[in-house]
Amino acid sequence: MARAVSNSVKARNTAIAWIIAILIFFPILWTILTSFKTEGTAIADPPVFLFFDWTLENYATVQDRSDYFGHFMNSVIISVGSTVIGLAIAIPAAWAMAFVPGRQTKNVLMWMLSTKMLPPVGVLVPIYLIFRDWGLLDTRIGLVIVLTLINLPIIVWMLYTYFREIPTDILEAARMDGATLRSEVVHVLLPMAVPGIASTLLLNIILAWNEAFWTLNLVAANAAPLTAFIASYSSPEGLFYAKLSAASTMAIAPILIMGWFSQKQLVRGLTFGAVK
Amino acid sequence: MGRITLEKVQKKFGETEVIPPLDLTIEDGEFVVFVGPSGCGKSTLLRLIAGLEDVSGGDIKIDGTPATDLPPAKRRLAMVFQSYALYPHMTVRKNIAFPLKMAGMDEAEKTRRVERAAEVLNLTNFLDRRPGQLSGGQRQRVAIGRAIVREPAAFLFDEPLSNLDAALRVGMRLEISELHERLKTTMIYVTHDQVEAMTMADKIVVLRAGHIEQVGSPLDLYRTPRNRFVAEFIGSPKMNVIDGEEAAHRDAHAIGIRPEHIDVGEGQWEGRVGVSEHLGSDTLFHVHDTGLADVITVRAPGEVNYKSGDAIRLSPQTDKIHRFDDKGLRIA
Amino acid sequence: MATQHSRAAARFMIAPSVVLLLAWMLIPLGMTIWFSLLRYNLLMPGENPFVGFENYSYFLSDPAFQTAVINTLLLVGGVLLITVCGGIGLAVLLDQPMWGTGIVRIMVISPFFVMPTVSALVWKNMFMNPVNGLFAYVADVLGLPAYDFLTAAPLASIIGIVSWQWLPFATLILLTAMQSLDSEQLEAAEMDGASSWSRFYYIKLPHLARAITVVILIQTIFLLSIFAEIYVTTAGGPGNASINLTYLVFQESLQRYDVGTASAGGVVAIILANIVAIFLMRMIGKNLDA
Repeated sequence: MARAVSNSVKARNTAIAWIIAILIFFPILWTILTSFKTEGTAIADPPVFLFFDWTLENYATVQDRSDYFGHFMNSVIISVGSTVIGLAIAIPAAWAMAFVPGRQTKNVLMWMLSTKMLPPVGVLVPIYLIFRDWGLLDTRIGLVIVLTLINLPIIVWMLYTYFREIPTDILEAARMDGATLRSEVVHVLLPMAVPGIASTLLLNIILAWNEAFWTLNLVAANAAPLTAFIASYSSPEGLFYAKLSAASTMAIAPILIMGWFSQKQLVRGLTFGAVK
Repeated sequence: MGRITLEKVQKKFGETEVIPPLDLTIEDGEFVVFVGPSGCGKSTLLRLIAGLEDVSGGDIKIDGTPATDLPPAKRRLAMVFQSYALYPHMTVRKNIAFPLKMAGMDEAEKTRRVERAAEVLNLTNFLDRRPGQLSGGQRQRVAIGRAIVREPAAFLFDEPLSNLDAALRVGMRLEISELHERLKTTMIYVTHDQVEAMTMADKIVVLRAGHIEQVGSPLDLYRTPRNRFVAEFIGSPKMNVIDGEEAAHRDAHAIGIRPEHIDVGEGQWEGRVGVSEHLGSDTLFHVHDTGLADVITVRAPGEVNYKSGDAIRLSPQTDKIHRFDDKGLRIA
Repeated sequence: MATQHSRAAARFMIAPSVVLLLAWMLIPLGMTIWFSLLRYNLLMPGENPFVGFENYSYFLSDPAFQTAVINTLLLVGGVLLITVCGGIGLAVLLDQPMWGTGIVRIMVISPFFVMPTVSALVWKNMFMNPVNGLFAYVADVLGLPAYDFLTAAPLASIIGIVSWQWLPFATLILLTAMQSLDSEQLEAAEMDGASSWSRFYYIKLPHLARAITVVILIQTIFLLSIFAEIYVTTAGGPGNASINLTYLVFQESLQRYDVGTASAGGVVAIILANIVAIFLMRMIGKNLDA
């Protein structure tokens, strides 16, 4: 639609959109700002917006008092670990379903999706008991297992929708060109699949990072990722806004940035390919 | 060498037989075109030869050696796909070199062949681009380049021109014909466009519903179509087919006469001109109310002029009339 | 070109995913159903006698259950209403020509990436706190009395927080769908004399219908299981004012250690979720054929 829109219309749209966007973003912005205030400034009345003495002490305090970094690493290990294991299991499956579709392929895919519909609370009790009996409570490995399984259907589905977009013509061309199965995979298929695999990886790290049902219920202190760690700030006592903000900022920053990069894939992944 | 023989080759998808047992021989160096309406099985037949589909029965031989159970890579055939099927993540150079790399050819020979192919196809300046940066015609050339570097026993083309615009199509048609002149390698070419078939082929195979309707040179098919289907499929504009009294009068169930074999001006057929299409050298008149068929198409020299609604008299060239029996077969 | 050989290989490649998911689904599900028929409390060791549907009648007749079901429905319905309407509005807005689209998009989408515990805490303390929260300050400036959101209107407050988290999701999906609308269709409508409102109502909205359905169904699946937001802000209270089904089952199991009743609650939650799931699966299944 190459058509000139008058600048006044554009300016009006811009103004409305920016105001709404800033309002929506404000809680995040406020949290980030507060993380640089002293506890006193954080609850100052009237609130100060930008003109205060910026300090990094909250970040230091959060680390000193509660081993923030340890929890951060728990989040990294759990989200990356579960995603990588999930990919390792899902890539062959998605590949087979996309390139050698059988009569049952569609049913298998739909069934996988249906496992995602199972409300977690429906299996909370047995999972908790199994974890207790097997010594998996409050372990990172336990969470990795659970998060791998709950995200596996999404991983398979995302990969499947990506793989299906690789034209079979190209694979046939490779076959005609004398490629063995191995070189077909290495030289043709993988390079074309990498962007899809990368998006899947990114989205699933985000989902796993923010997962807050199983992490709250299956860990106590040792293996707590940031979701559970942050929840421990919910005790209603005292002047802790700045530290809460510092901890929150660190918890959301990496994922926020990853999220910005994966907007497009997010839609596809979360709608199981129903909206692209 | 590239002599390809199909013996009782058959293909079923589940219970549906898309290609009933079929025999066909393609001689070394021949340019063979498979032509037919969409869904006639021409692409399937090509893919059977390529090895991209398994045959359900029968044998395929390439230069006398059985190839039925060989994987595509081992058949010494190269294929150009409708979508070009270029590897999007590789440069043009790598695309063209890919089959050579798969064959484990040494670097020097690989470079020599790729550069030679690029030269022949006017791709030298594009060797380091990726397919996404090329126009449709250039992509097509890359696909052809990838096929020729292998020096295969035969080339397979699956509707290679259908994604190009009309002007490019004519140009590429000529280029492919010239390539065949130069390489003298067997080519099998699938298209639904009878003009491509007529202009390029040494031998045309007309297919309908998996059956071979007729095999022959373009002029054979034009002059002596074996049945009504071939008669109407080959030639543009389509042959006029007339049944009823006029046909009975000539001892046939139906008669056919090509638009270019009807003279305008006088004659026993009379009608009214509808739409005229001026091609410059020729003009096509669509004539109604003749009592013979809904419409009779006539090709007249460009200077002949009738307006819509004018009365017109037509006379068929009697020796060019094709006669068909009630099964649609040609009556000699 | 699928040959016998490749079919066998395919089955082999799919097997691990299927086996794992099958185990993940069947084993705990079977255990939940079995436990729901037992009198089984972790605080009372000993026999776990079979009691049939006793747990169900106990769970279903618990007044908290009714509250929880109503709250669950209000929570899902409220959030859906806000996010779908807001999402349509925002999608239309962001689809307009403007300066800085990229940054606006990033700001709008951001809340979705904030982990639920963080957003709940930030809203609870820094905005809704009746003493130090920003809302209290705004009320003060306007001369209104401070409002204790989480005590006076706990469920509505939670609906607000959750809507903030999910509005980006709805917006992003609806915007994506909006942008897939063929601009020639809109131009054709314009040539046909349609005003911008008619173009929205007769062309854009029907085009969005499918995406809206997808948003509703997927959000419903997630919203039925809202947990962290309640856990952090109100813990279901005051009383049971903001308890939902998920939270109630959590209380029965990990706070009261009543495995039997919790399992019965879990089964009930599964049945409710499945009713939604059936619709969702139909939608997505249709898309597979397309």
